[in-house]
Parts: sequence; structure tokens; C-alpha cells
Amino acid sequence: MPTDILSPQLSYGPIAPLLIVFGTALVGVLVEAFVPARRRRLAQIVVAIVGLLAAFVAVVLLAGTHELVFADAIAVDGMTLFLQGTLAVLGIAAILLISERSLDASGGAVVSRAAVLPGSREDVALAEATDVQTEIYPLALFSLGGMMLFPASNNLLLMFIALEVLSLPLYLMAGLARRRRLLSQEAAMKYFLLGAFSSAFFLYGVALLYGYAGSVDLGEVAAATGLAQSNEALLLAGIALLAVGLLFKVGAVPFQAWTPDVYQGSPTPVTALMAACTKIAAFGGLLRVFYVGFGSVEWDWEPMMWAVAILTMVVGALLAVTQTDVKRMLAYSAVAHTGFILVGVIALSPAGLAGTMFYLLAYGFTTLAAFAVVTLVRDSSGEATHLAQWAGLGRKSPLVAGTFAFFLFALAGIPLTSGFMAKFAVFTAAVDSGATGLVVVGVVTSAVTAFFYARVVVLMFFSEPAPDGPTVSVPSGFTAGAIALGLAVTVVLGVLPQPVLDLAEQASRLVS
Amino acid sequence: MNESYYLILAALLFTIGGAGVLVRRNAILVFMSVELMLNSVNLTLVTFSRINGTLEGQVMAFFVMVVAAAEVVVGLAIIMSIFRSRRSASVDDVNLLKY
Repeated sequence: MPTDILSPQLSYGPIAPLLIVFGTALVGVLVEAFVPARRRRLAQIVVAIVGLLAAFVAVVLLAGTHELVFADAIAVDGMTLFLQGTLAVLGIAAILLISERSLDASGGAVVSRAAVLPGSREDVALAEATDVQTEIYPLALFSLGGMMLFPASNNLLLMFIALEVLSLPLYLMAGLARRRRLLSQEAAMKYFLLGAFSSAFFLYGVALLYGYAGSVDLGEVAAATGLAQSNEALLLAGIALLAVGLLFKVGAVPFQAWTPDVYQGSPTPVTALMAACTKIAAFGGLLRVFYVGFGSVEWDWEPMMWAVAILTMVVGALLAVTQTDVKRMLAYSAVAHTGFILVGVIALSPAGLAGTMFYLLAYGFTTLAAFAVVTLVRDSSGEATHLAQWAGLGRKSPLVAGTFAFFLFALAGIPLTSGFMAKFAVFTAAVDSGATGLVVVGVVTSAVTAFFYARVVVLMFFSEPAPDGPTVSVPSGFTAGAIALGLAVTVVLGVLPQPVLDLAEQASRLVS
Repeated sequence: MNESYYLILAALLFTIGGAGVLVRRNAILVFMSVELMLNSVNLTLVTFSRINGTLEGQVMAFFVMVVAAAEVVVGLAIIMSIFRSRRSASVDDVNLLKY
């Protein structure tokens, strides 16, 4: 019996930012193939930055769009556009960090030939050579494209594809450090195995929800949750397994084990990209799934999310206190911040959505710039990340130490920084939704996080510098530009947050 | 014929895969266990496709296969580079990053 196949209505306009970023990544692959080696780096930088700027312009032009396109698979609404715009700007900053060459004597932070064995004779020669590797630009753009698709997916299968498109390039990029290559490869392997494990859970959750609702469209899943005759066990198991995959990507306890290792081992510009952009994309997906798909069965998942949020805040804050490596400390601080952002997700209200988006914007810029400062403090073997080496840094370079201290204050949530406004936004939204207990835990753990941030500030300004300590390198315009951008956003969102808060509030609408 | 047997089989395969990831020490075998989990998902999807009477599940199984193939490419590259530098693919030996 032949049946008519209805072809879906395709409108390419609303997904222009995605098309631009993926198109730019493909152009980057062509540049890799056809442009001569010595001009390749400049060409890749120009292509990547122009592409991301164009994507940002497209997002601005699309402002106010509120529709489902591609057979309801992609939702273009306020949240999608807000997060896509943030990701485009943060992507430019991350590309700037990756492009930095003047810090390391022999070039950038990325190894030029990843296949050469660490410690071999070729590797020693490679460490002295000044050739650069440019495949990382298309990889970063593919990953950013996946990140921009992830919060826009209104279909769980598409969300899985976006998850893999954002993850696979990141697994590779984690293993590309020029210095300390064994650590970097180890980070890549741990990230890959655990990431593949968690995406299998995500996928099994998708399959069970397909059995439950007969469709993986979030709108139809939400419609099915209203029917009484459906199989409740499939729904609950599906929600739980889906949550495992999403909470792994945001780095929530008990799925945080990869975060410190991967953040420490990856090349620092890649860590900055991961810390800022992956978190934004993953929270976007989490918000869409729980607000659009499971909004009407909140009693089934809120207790679980409460437990995860409390555990994440407490474990992240407490373990960060004991860290001795600055990148690891920032990683555990990222775990604690995941807990704070989850408080906004659990609020399950437009205010919670707006607060979460504002938090993601503020946190993304601050953490990216903080990792950028970490790349500046170096000794002969590369970056000096042990905290003991940072003692007395304020005497050697008041500017760099002062900037880093400011970012730490912003992460701690001191007033007049973006971190304070962000925490205020999510906590008030949570109190208004009746999650006061969660906010109490959040405020107490914020105080714990303030302790270890302040400890680093004290170490930098009130200790004697070690005699053979690291030096502070002077960056070129690339890193300086990224740090200045992060600093500007952190200050402006702390002093004059209202325009951006209003924007987040206007954007806090989800199409369903 | 009762389709729920296939769902139970798929759940068993998923559990075996999950247990394999946790107890196996060789990175290749860990990775194979993940692939087993993905294939159990495929079986679940196809079975639900039959129960629901829609084709979506079968189409999704194709997507999963393609993604799994892409994952193999990236994963084996990473495991290979680790094996070449350490002469071992054991996940117990990669222990430089801790605490």
C-alpha cells in the first residue's frame, strides 16, 4: 500500500547561524587542503573569526524569532538565540587564545604533529621547531557548530547528533598540547571513554522515551506525559538515563570525575573553550529537555535534581579547597558553579530560565579569561600551574595578578562583579519558586568557594616570591584581546547589568 | 510473538556493556563494551518501532550506526596514540592526572 510521503517545510533563514558556522568549518577544511603552509595560519584565523562574527550578526538579525523549523526538529526561540550569540562571541575569544604564538618560544599551545611519539627524537626536534598546526581551527568550529545546535534541538535524536558533533572534535583537541603531551593524551582518552559511556546512557534514554511517547519530538513527549494510560516506568527510566548524559556534559556530581583531569591535561586554550562553551551548550540542552519535554512531570524529576544540585555544590566547593594546581582548582570551581546554575534550572520558571542564561553568559566570559591568564605564567617547561609557583606573583606583575584576582572575585560572587549579579539572579528565581532550601545550601557553599579563591589572592599578593619562580610572559594582541573582552564583560555585567538582564528576560521564552 | 522479549534482551545487553566498561582494564575492550551498549540501543529502537508501528525507530538506528562509526574513528586514534607512547592500552596505566 503506497502512502504519500509528506516532505517537511524547510526554511533555512532561522537556522542561518548554524549554517554559517558549519559552512565556515568546511571552508576551514578546504583552506587546510589548498592554501600553502606558510599562509595557512593567517587564512584559518581570518576565516574562523569572520565566520563567527557573521554568525553573531545573523543571531542579532534573527532576534525575536519564535518558531519551530525543519519538521519541528529545531526550535529557534529566545533561549536558542541568546545562547547562540553568547557562543559565537566566546568562540571568537577562544579562537584568539588558540592563535597565540608569542608565549611559547616555539609557537602556540598546540602540537604541530600529534602523531609524533612523546619523548622520541622527533619529538625533541618538534619542540624546537616553529611550525604550527592549523587543523585545530576547523575542529573548534565544528565543535562550536554542534554547541550552537545543541540548545536548539527540539528532537532528541537531533540532540544526540549535536552532542556527538560537539564532543568528537573536543576529544581530539584535548589531546593536542605541545607541552606535557602524555598528560594531554591521557586527558583525551579519559574524556573520550567517559564521554562515549555517557552518550550511550543518553541514547538508551532516548530509545525508552521513543517507546513511551512513540516519537522523540519533545513536544510529543510532553503531550504523552499528559495521558494517563502511558507506561510510567518507561518515562521515569527515560528521564533518568537522559539526565545522566546531560549531567555528564555539564559536569555535575556524581558525573564530574572527568572534569578536573580533562581541564588540567588539555592545552589551556582548549580548556578555556571547553569550560566556557561546552557548559553553555550543555545547560541549554538541559533547559530545553526539562522545560519543554518534562515540564509537566516536574514532581518526578525535581527530587533527583535537588540531590544532584546539592551534591554538586558541596562536592565541588569542598574538593576545590584541597587543590594545589591552578587549572585543577578552576575545574573544581567549574563543578561548584554547575551546582549554582542547576539551582536556576530547578526553579522551572521564566525567571529561572532568564537567570540561568545570564549566569551562563557571565560565567562563560569570566572563566575563559581566567584560563587565558593561566597561559601567561610560565617557566622553562611551559605553563607553571602549581599554586606554589604563583606565590608572590603580585610583586612580579601586579597587572596580571590583579586581573586574575579580579576574575577570582567574580567567580566567588563579590558585589560589583558579574558573578554577584548572576548568583543573585538564579537564587532569587529559585526562592520565588519555593526552592529556599536549595538556595541556603547555595549561599553556604558560595562562602566556601570564596575561601579558596581568596587563598589564591593572598598567595599572589602577600607571600614572598620563590627565587626560581615562573615569569609572566607578555602576550601578543590575541590573548590580550581575549582577556580584555572577559574583563570588560565581567565589569559591565557587575556594574550595569540591567540591559543584559532585560535581554535575558525577553529571551526567556521557549517555543513548544 | 511477544516483542517484550527483545526489550529484555536489549536491556541485558546494555547491562553487560555497562558492566564491561566498569570492569574491563583494556581501553579497546572498554570501548567495545560501549559499542555493545549502542547496539543494544539499536535493538531497543527497532523493537519499539515495531510495537509503535512507526518507522522512526528504524531510521534512528541508522543514525546511531553512523555516529558509532564516527566515534570509532576518533576513539581508536586516541587509544592508538596512547598505546604508541606507553606501549600499553590499559586504563590503569594512564594515571598521571589525579587528585
